[in-house]
Amino acid sequence: MSPEGVEGSDLLHGAILYLDGITVSFDGFRALDGLSLTIDRGELRCIIGANGAGKSTMMDVVTGKTRPDAGVAFFDRHHDLLAMSEADIAMAGIGRKFQKPTVFTNLTVRTNLELAMRDDRSVWRSLRARLDGEQRDRIEETLESIGLHLLADADAGTLSHGQKQWLEIGMLLMQDPKLLLVDEPVAGMTHQETERTAELLVSLAGGRSVVVVEHDMEFVRSIARRVTVLHEGRLLAEGDMESVQNDPRVVEVYLGTPC
Amino acid sequence: MHRPVSTYVTFSCHHRIGAALRGGGVQRTLLCLALALVFGGAARASTDGFESMLGELAGKSFRRKSEAIQAIADSGHPAAPRILRALLESRAFFAPESERLLLDVADSGEGVVVDAITGEATRVAFESGRRKIVLNNAMRRLLRSLVARAGLASRDPRERRQAIKELMGRDDPEIQALLREALEIEQARDVRSLLETAIAIGALREDDADAGSDAEARLRAIEALSGSLHNESRIALDGLLTRLESRQSKSSEEEAQIGAIREAIDAIDRRKVGFEILETLFFGVSLGFVLVLAAIGLAITFGVMGVINMAHGEMIMLGAYSTWSVQQLMPHHLESSVLVAIPVAFLVSALVGVAIERGVVRFLYGRPLETLLATFGISLFLQQSVRTIFSPLNRAVASPSWMSGQWVLNDAFALNYNRLWIIVFSALVFAALIGVLHRTRLGLQIRAVAQNRAMARAMGVRGARIDAITFGLGSGIAGLAGVALSQLTNVGPNLGQAHIVDSFMVVVFGGVGNLWGTLVAGLTLGVTNKLLEPFAGAVLAKILVLVFIILFIQRRPRGLFPQQGRSAEA
Amino acid sequence: MTSVANRTVASRLAGHHDLLVTGALGIAVLVVPILALTVPEGSALHLSTFSVTLLGKYLCFALLALAVDLVWGYCGILSLGHGAFFALGGYAMGMYLMRQIGDRGVYGNPILPDFMVFLDWQELPWYWWGFSSFPFSMAMVVAVPGLLALVFGWFAFRSRVNGVYLSIITQALTYALLLAFFRNEMGFGGNNGLTDFKEILGFDLQADATRVGLFVTTALVLIASYTVTRGVVSSRFGRVLVAIRDAEDRMRFLGYRTEHYKLWAFVLSGVIAGVAGALYVPQVGIINPGEFAPLNSIELVIWVAIGGRGTLHGAIVGAILVNFAKTWFTGLLPEAWLFVLGALFVMGTLFLPRGLVGLVSRRER
Repeated sequence: MSPEGVEGSDLLHGAILYLDGITVSFDGFRALDGLSLTIDRGELRCIIGANGAGKSTMMDVVTGKTRPDAGVAFFDRHHDLLAMSEADIAMAGIGRKFQKPTVFTNLTVRTNLELAMRDDRSVWRSLRARLDGEQRDRIEETLESIGLHLLADADAGTLSHGQKQWLEIGMLLMQDPKLLLVDEPVAGMTHQETERTAELLVSLAGGRSVVVVEHDMEFVRSIARRVTVLHEGRLLAEGDMESVQNDPRVVEVYLGTPC
Repeated sequence: MHRPVSTYVTFSCHHRIGAALRGGGVQRTLLCLALALVFGGAARASTDGFESMLGELAGKSFRRKSEAIQAIADSGHPAAPRILRALLESRAFFAPESERLLLDVADSGEGVVVDAITGEATRVAFESGRRKIVLNNAMRRLLRSLVARAGLASRDPRERRQAIKELMGRDDPEIQALLREALEIEQARDVRSLLETAIAIGALREDDADAGSDAEARLRAIEALSGSLHNESRIALDGLLTRLESRQSKSSEEEAQIGAIREAIDAIDRRKVGFEILETLFFGVSLGFVLVLAAIGLAITFGVMGVINMAHGEMIMLGAYSTWSVQQLMPHHLESSVLVAIPVAFLVSALVGVAIERGVVRFLYGRPLETLLATFGISLFLQQSVRTIFSPLNRAVASPSWMSGQWVLNDAFALNYNRLWIIVFSALVFAALIGVLHRTRLGLQIRAVAQNRAMARAMGVRGARIDAITFGLGSGIAGLAGVALSQLTNVGPNLGQAHIVDSFMVVVFGGVGNLWGTLVAGLTLGVTNKLLEPFAGAVLAKILVLVFIILFIQRRPRGLFPQQGRSAEA
Repeated sequence: MTSVANRTVASRLAGHHDLLVTGALGIAVLVVPILALTVPEGSALHLSTFSVTLLGKYLCFALLALAVDLVWGYCGILSLGHGAFFALGGYAMGMYLMRQIGDRGVYGNPILPDFMVFLDWQELPWYWWGFSSFPFSMAMVVAVPGLLALVFGWFAFRSRVNGVYLSIITQALTYALLLAFFRNEMGFGGNNGLTDFKEILGFDLQADATRVGLFVTTALVLIASYTVTRGVVSSRFGRVLVAIRDAEDRMRFLGYRTEHYKLWAFVLSGVIAGVAGALYVPQVGIINPGEFAPLNSIELVIWVAIGGRGTLHGAIVGAILVNFAKTWFTGLLPEAWLFVLGALFVMGTLFLPRGLVGLVSRRER
């Protein structure tokens, strides 16, 4: 399918992310089997599915980590994701938060935010980069909003697990992506932290699109408007939480079994 | 006391009759007689006369010595073949201050000496004071021919073949006649074809004068030599071709012969190229198996544990020194010492490996680069220890007889036994390792830890114990590689250093954590290296292979057979 | 807030070390010539030419260690082939020095170096052209190692070869070069390498003043390189390198072309190593393929590890201390040196993960 064809289709109207027929195999095992998915601008979408359903592989494809064997993937109408490097995809406006918080442990919290900040990423520029007033203000604002302003000059390696999660969310805020992919954001969080994360994600949506992969059904219920169910690398069902929960196929393969 | 020649001839033939009847039948006895006549001439011999002939050998004059050799052969004395062979192989000498000719007995080590005439063992096993018999090339030629003639009548087909080879390409019409007679009675197929070749070569070498008379026969001879791999065939064909081509005017028969010769030579060259490629492949495969053997231990520690063991080369070295030490401890059992060394080398290297793992490596898990440096330090330590304990000099490990020599298939193709055995040995070690990893409980645990350490621990696998065993196993196999290498090169403190880079290349090329990948990579690199060598030379071939791997890793950073899925990400 | 506030405790400490390092080297630049050239030979304070050359060698190694620390300490690239860049820089300098011999060689050929005459070569190979010019040779000292680092790094980092894989192929690289330079056909003097140098820029290489001059040059180049690399690692570029070392994937998902950052760090490091080699050769008077030996490249990594990686000054301290120990031990107990070196590798990684300067700075805190 040519990009023009995609642009012309109704499907793409208002879509920020468009996947069609994505197939990924490892050693003959099909992690994704002709997956098609559309995320609308400003949408908050939850993706659920059992282990091995292809959730992480889907994110890997969107962020450029894994190249599919077949299919098309477009971002923001004109970016062909399959032809772009990870760095280009990130610069085009897709942010990703990993399941395990990954921050730069030997750099300070502030430097972590500085590196995440939207800016010229070229080598030459980095040699001479100085923060201007506006950029410094943005870093301070973000430090406040993630509650780490008192730890701004501590090495990120010294933070607690929850603080690292927050730092990572702060980095995503600095990166200011159009589409945010979040992998199991509340794993290992306390109840309180989970609530706060749910609030933050809901407030993020609208300004930008958010895709959340999560196991915690309660959390999904609390934030999701639309839910997509993946099963064995395919899209099994899509709709609001209620209709998905009542879908007999979903009940059979996923919700039917306690998870 | 002078006896008629015929008495001796009959005697010397008599003791062959029984054998001849079993082997080639009555005809061989006749051949034996015929040979005796050829040899016999007008020679006369007696025991005294025989001793005086031997005495002549002590002299300085090559002419008189040659005559003596001819006389010994002609005497038909039962000891003559033994003496001639010993002379040819430089095993004959005079005892100091005596006229007694003594022979070293071949194949039974040093110090066993027999009397030339009686064949009885004597106790004079002195090294100094021996008076060797000096031969010149003409005498050697004569000896070779005499020994070969005797060999034609042997009941052992191997000796007959050897004799035919010696006689090949001699112009002597008498020898040609002998060969023809031998062909008539010969029954072993391989000896027959060898005889036919020898006769055909003879036919090409015959004088041009009478050759013209039987162009038909000559054409047949040329065709018989087509594709023959004996060096003599090629020489005879080349010689005839030059002679024919130098003629001013050529008859139509001669033109036909020239064409036939060209074809025959082409056929020879084609077959030779074929065998050369085979030989190169054999060398490549044997080098490949050495690489595999040196690398699989590394593949285990690197692939299963994610640990770079820079001291791996020194584990190989320890294995080689173990082989040497075992040989020093059992000097009278050369044949079996290598076999004893196999378990010893495995244990020594494995124990040192376990000690390294317990003492150093286990504190560095998850820090591969630090492990690399620490194990490198250990490798320096081990090298220097070996220098201090043994010597900085290289040690030579003797090869048992069943590993030395060549298996000669034809003039163009021979396989070294040591390389053959090493291929067998490596393949067995590889198979055993695969067996351990895939068929035993221990192997299951090792693979489980490799795939998911935390999960394996949760299932009750004792990770620390498995790590130590894995490291020991990898090191032990390196020790086995040392045994194999000790049969190919000298054993020295730098033995490990010389192989570590190659081993890394094999592991990286094959894909970490995949033993089959290691096998394919080792064989590929070995064969590639040997295929390149004829064109590029050994050093450049090696450089090319290194550059190839460097480029290959760029294209496939995880090797030929990468691990896939999530476990590969860690 | 100012950029001063942006500095961490560590970088403030580093600033304090900057002063120490440049200060010490600056003092050496002033004092060594006085002690070597003006203090009379009988005096206890006199520095022999041998000692000056030895110190100069240590400083070359310090420069090399600095190069390794830049990529290993800051970017996590453990190169086991940095000796190759060092040797290439050395060979470029060696070629210049060979051409300076002129017709004073054994065979007296005004154009061809002795070993080419010996090999019965008729004319200078094309890659020797231009090496009679000092500026051209100096350009090659920078360009050849830099280009090798650029090409090798471009392939390696683009294909995401990293960790131990990268270490192993860098080792393969230097091993391949070792084999290549052993070949007479390469035209670099084969086994014997390049030697019998007479003069540099018209100064007699045997003269005391020239040796002192070479030492001073080395010290000044070290000060300059230290300042440049310190500037580099204190910039955002340096912070990006550290971030790549800690979590390269994460940096990619933040939009950084990590391969570009690694490549330029690698090239800079290769160039510094090449310059170190070029300064080394006129002081020791020979360059041969042995410098490509994988063992050398690994050994220099331990200088950095012992000194303390990721600090720059630690690399300099480590290189000087370990080499001083080496000189001392090989004089005292030649057999024992490899035991000591082996122990340094093991003990260093087990007990001194942050090196000697790590010990010191922990106490300061």
